[in-house]
This record gives sequence, C-alpha cells and structure tokens, in this order.
Amino acid sequence: MSDSILQIRGLGKAFGGDWVLEGIDLDIRRGEFLTLLGPSGCGKTTLLRLIAGLETVSAGSLHLQGRDLTPIPAERRPVNTVFQSYALFPHLTVFENVAFGPRLQGVKGAELRRRVADALETVKLGELAARRPGQLSGGQQQRVAIARALVNQPLMLLLDEPLSALDYKLRKQMQLELKQLQRRLGITFVFVTHDQEEALSMSDRVAVMNAGRIEQLDTPRRVYEDPASLFVARFVGEANLLPARVLEQRPDGLSLELEGKPFEAARPQRFEPGGRVHLLLRPEDLDVWSPEELRRQPEYQARALAATVEEVIYKGAEVDLLVRLESGVQVAATAFFDEEDPTLEYQRGERVFVTWPAGWEVLLPFEDAS
Amino acid sequence: MNRWLKGSYLGLVYLFFYLPIGVLAVFSFNDSKYRLTWQGFTWRWYESLLANEELLQVALNSVLLALVSATLATLLGTLTAVTLYRYRFFGKKLLFGLLYVVILSPDIVMGISLLILFVSLQLPLGFWTLLLAHITFCLPFVAVTVYGRLSGFDDTLTEAARDLGASEWVTFRRVLLPLLMPAVIAGWLLSFTLSMDDVIISYFVTGPTFEILPLKIYSMVRIGVKPEVNALCTLMLGITLIMVLAAHFLLREQPT
Ligand SMILES: Nc1ncnc2c1ncn2[C@@H]1O[C@H](COP(=O)(O)OP(=O)(O)OP(=O)(O)O)[C@@H](O)[C@H]1O
Ligand SMILES: [Mg+2]
Repeated sequence: MSDSILQIRGLGKAFGGDWVLEGIDLDIRRGEFLTLLGPSGCGKTTLLRLIAGLETVSAGSLHLQGRDLTPIPAERRPVNTVFQSYALFPHLTVFENVAFGPRLQGVKGAELRRRVADALETVKLGELAARRPGQLSGGQQQRVAIARALVNQPLMLLLDEPLSALDYKLRKQMQLELKQLQRRLGITFVFVTHDQEEALSMSDRVAVMNAGRIEQLDTPRRVYEDPASLFVARFVGEANLLPARVLEQRPDGLSLELEGKPFEAARPQRFEPGGRVHLLLRPEDLDVWSPEELRRQPEYQARALAATVEEVIYKGAEVDLLVRLESGVQVAATAFFDEEDPTLEYQRGERVFVTWPAGWEVLLPFEDAS
Repeated sequence: MNRWLKGSYLGLVYLFFYLPIGVLAVFSFNDSKYRLTWQGFTWRWYESLLANEELLQVALNSVLLALVSATLATLLGTLTAVTLYRYRFFGKKLLFGLLYVVILSPDIVMGISLLILFVSLQLPLGFWTLLLAHITFCLPFVAVTVYGRLSGFDDTLTEAARDLGASEWVTFRRVLLPLLMPAVIAGWLLSFTLSMDDVIISYFVTGPTFEILPLKIYSMVRIGVKPEVNALCTLMLGITLIMVLAAHFLLREQPT
C-alpha cells in the first residue's frame, strides 16, 4: 500500500525466553495518529521501543518506507521518541536540550538557533529557552520533550504515555494541543496510552492490545461500536454482556434465546445453532421504562426484558442505573435528561423494563472469563 | 540524665578521635624543641621546614606522584564503572566484587604481592613502580564512587541521547560524563589523598631513586619526633581536610 509508512510483519519480542510480543502485523499510514491502547504489561512500550530501535527484534520485520529497519541502530533511525519520564538532560538548558539532535546532524549557528526557536515556538515555550529542566513545571517539561523530538523532523514521532504524569485538566488541554500539532505538522504519531478515553478522542486509528497481541485495529468509532472481541468490548468503554443461546442461523439474521425469550438479532453473523453467544450493549444504548411507559411503546413490548432497579446514581446531566435482569445478570444503563423524559424518576426496588433500538446489539463469541 | 549520658559518651568518642591530631597541631606551634609543655607560640618549625630543601624536594615528589596516579586512576576507574554499568557481560558481578577485594585487602598483602610482581617483571623499583602501585589501590575507590552515582542514574537519559542521534561515544561525553563529573572529581580527590599518605604499600615498592614524603617522615620519626615533622603533618592534615570537604561537597545530592 502506497500510503503506509511503516510495515510491521510477524513482529515478536522475547525477554529471556518469555514472549511479551507475538505476531504483530501492523501497517502505519503516513500522517496518521495511531494509538496503541491496552492494559499495563501488554507490550505497548516494547512495541514502541522496537520501532525506535531501543530493543532488538526477536522475530519478524519492520520496514520504514520500504527499507528494512532491523540493521539500523536507534541513533540512525529517522524516528524520535517522547519518553514517559520526558528524559530531559538535567545539565543542559532548554535550548541545549532541543539543540541536541540538530547539533549532531551538523546544524550550526543561525540555522541552529532558528530551528530551535521554531520548535520551541511550536510548543509555545519560546521565552523559557535559557532555563534548566529542573526549573520547569511538569507540563512545560513535557513540551520541551516534544520540541526536542520534533526539531529533528522525524518521519514518525513515538510518544509513550506522554500525558500520564500530568493532572487531569492539563492532560485534557495537552490532548487537544497534541492533536492540533499533529494535524498541523502532518507527522505520523504513534501514541501509547492505557486510557481508553484518551485513545478514542485523539486517534485516527486505535490498535487495542492484549497480552502481546493486537486484538483489533480500527477507527475509534468502530472499536467502540463494533468491538472484535470480548476483551476489546470490555476494555474500551463500559460494556453489558448478556449470554444467549443460538436457536437458528438464517441468511438475514439469527434467532436467539435471551433471558428465556426468543430474540431476533438482525446482524448476519455466523454462529453454530445450539452454541452460546454474548450480546454486547453499551449503557447509553439501553432505555429503561416503567410498566406504564412501556404500555405506550407497543413496538418494544415484545422484546422488553423485565428487571429490578438496584442502584440509582445521579450525575447531573445523566442518571446511571444498575438493574438486575430476571436471570440474575446485572446491567448498567445511562439515561440522559432530555425533552422526552425531563424527570427521570427511578426508585430502588422498582420493577422496570429494559429495551434497546433494534440492531444495536453486537454479537460476540461466548467466552467464560467473566 | 539519659541525654546527658549520651552527650558525654559522644564527647569521649570524639575526644579519642581528635585529641592526638589536636595535640600534633598544637605542638607544631610550640616554642620548644623537646619539652612537651607549652612554651609559647611560634612559626619557627614551619620556617625551618620551608628552609629544608631536601624535604621540600621529597614533598614535591609526593605531590607529583599523587597528581599523576590520581589522574590515571580516575580515568581508568571511571571507565571501569561505566563499563560495569552500561554493558552486560559474563563475570560482571565477579569483576565488581573484585573491586571490593582490592579495597578491603590488607595493605601489607598488596604491598608484598606488588613487590613480587615488579621484581619478577624485573622492573627497577622507583617512580614507575610507585605509580603503578598507587594507581592499583586508588582505582577501585574511584570505580566504586562513580558507580554509586551511576546506579541512581536514569537510563532513559542515555536512550534519549541515542534516540536523538548520539553515538555511544557522544552519549558518554555529552550526557553521561557531565552528569558524573561530581563523582569523578570526588574520586580524584580521594585518590590524591590516598596516594599522598600511603606508607605501607609504598614502603615495599619504592626504590632509592625516588623518595616520597610519608616514607621520609617515617624514617625521620624513627630518630625522634622533631617539631618540623609536627608542622609537616599539620600541613598535610590541612590539605587532606580541604580535599575531604571538597569531595563531600561535590557528592551531595544536587538539585537537578
Ligand atoms: N527489559 C525487560 N526484561 C524483561 N521483561 C521485560 C522487559 N521490558 C518489558 N518486559 C516485560 O514485557 C511485558 C510488556 O512490557 P511493556 O513495558 O511493553 O508493557 P506496557 O504495555 O508498556 O505496560 P505499561 O502500561 O505498564 O507501561 C511486561 O510483562 C514486562 O514485564
Ligand atoms: Mg509502558
């Protein structure tokens, strides 16, 4: 593919016989914001370090613009890293930190000053060039680290949880700035995080990783709305999982038994009759009705699942409900205040009915790891 | 009561430590050649010390030896520490342990073994054998001092340097070395003082062509402690004190 900048094939990494990364196939596109998302220890940092050349490859290959990266040492790869700890040189000023890379490329004098000044301008740090890293706040150090990497005009910028050390407000602000920066410069960003919200809001594509593998590589929207596995469904956002049994497989859908009732799933997915599946439903997809309300919604009556309200959590713009279905499965639902339902009155112990718009459920193979 | 007891105990310990040194320093200013009672203040012994050209030559020898051996030991010791820290290789733990063996082994054992080595290599005893011996016993101190600073070192700094295009050598020179400098200088000062006052090892490996101060003092004292020796020792004490303070100051945790 012509718009792919880095091709990763069958990449694996073992530390002393333990494979922490296995069978990674990944095409990184030119100019995209790609996020590696996954729980702690799943190998995100390791993958980034393999791309940077800070670890040696145990299996597979990496090709940057068609060139094999394996024999090229870290110092000669046209990619740069923003480290989680920033790794600024404490004995050098901000200017000298940023000038470190260009100097090694032989850039000198006025040209050097111009490039460093430009880079510092890009991250809005122009006036702090004479300071030492120790005299900067966390957010400012973060910007220096980004400027120090960007000044080298890398083909790819690798960022390992660059925002995790910042407080909530600053993190939100830096998320926006990073995204704008990436769009403006058009540089390919590979961004590591274990914060799913951060991943969804910033990325063009998200690679969800688990135990050394990529479980799904897709746009944030599809990762959220159409997760490829139970793991992805659970890791990205809140998920309700309802077990069901396959009754019949038809070309246009699937007949299921859900909560002791027949249920028609619209999606043409293939599952063996008699087998079990999981229905994935996001809390915000669910509607919770009182018996009288349900009577006014004839189209839902056949499919509504009876439940009891267990917990009501008021959150300002929304109300979170925990309800228990008759089968004993607990389900979370989020209801928003709007013109349809301005009151949202629910009582604990109240009998209610749960529904969702037809076809909004996602079917996943049944996995017992609950 | 309890606090009082603790205080006087501590006082006694320090008295035990510093009384002899204090006495030495005081008597170097005492206006009497033999009597051990205070006869008044004088610079006399310092003046006659400075007039003693032979002794000054020997002192100069010692300073030269200390300068050269401290510098070489610092170079080699720093490289040893960096190698031990940066590279993984077979026998690394053993090598590190061997540094402590040299530090802890009795001087007399080191002196004799170095003598045997030099004699069997047919090296003439003198400046070069002294230099080799002093480098040998200073090097582990430098290595351990520098390694101590390295072990608190943030690895990602060297990785960041490589990521930005620095070769191994540039990383060492522009990142590692500047950050290690306080420990390197402290190691040098330590080596200098160790070399300046070593008697036992030097005694074995010295030759008639190159006399050094500690051994000269030793031979002078055998005839009787002259006040000039007191003055000389007080001077050496002063220099050592300055060096120790400087090393301590450099090794303090620095705000980064
Ligand atoms: N140098 C190493 N030697 C041995 N094992 C290692 C090494 N580096 C990483 N590992 C192991 O590899 C696995 C993946 O580590 P990695 O740092 O890539 O995880 P991560 O996804 O970045 O996690 P986190 O979110 O906590 O940073 C972990 O089990 C870790 O213990
Ligand atoms: Mg990590």
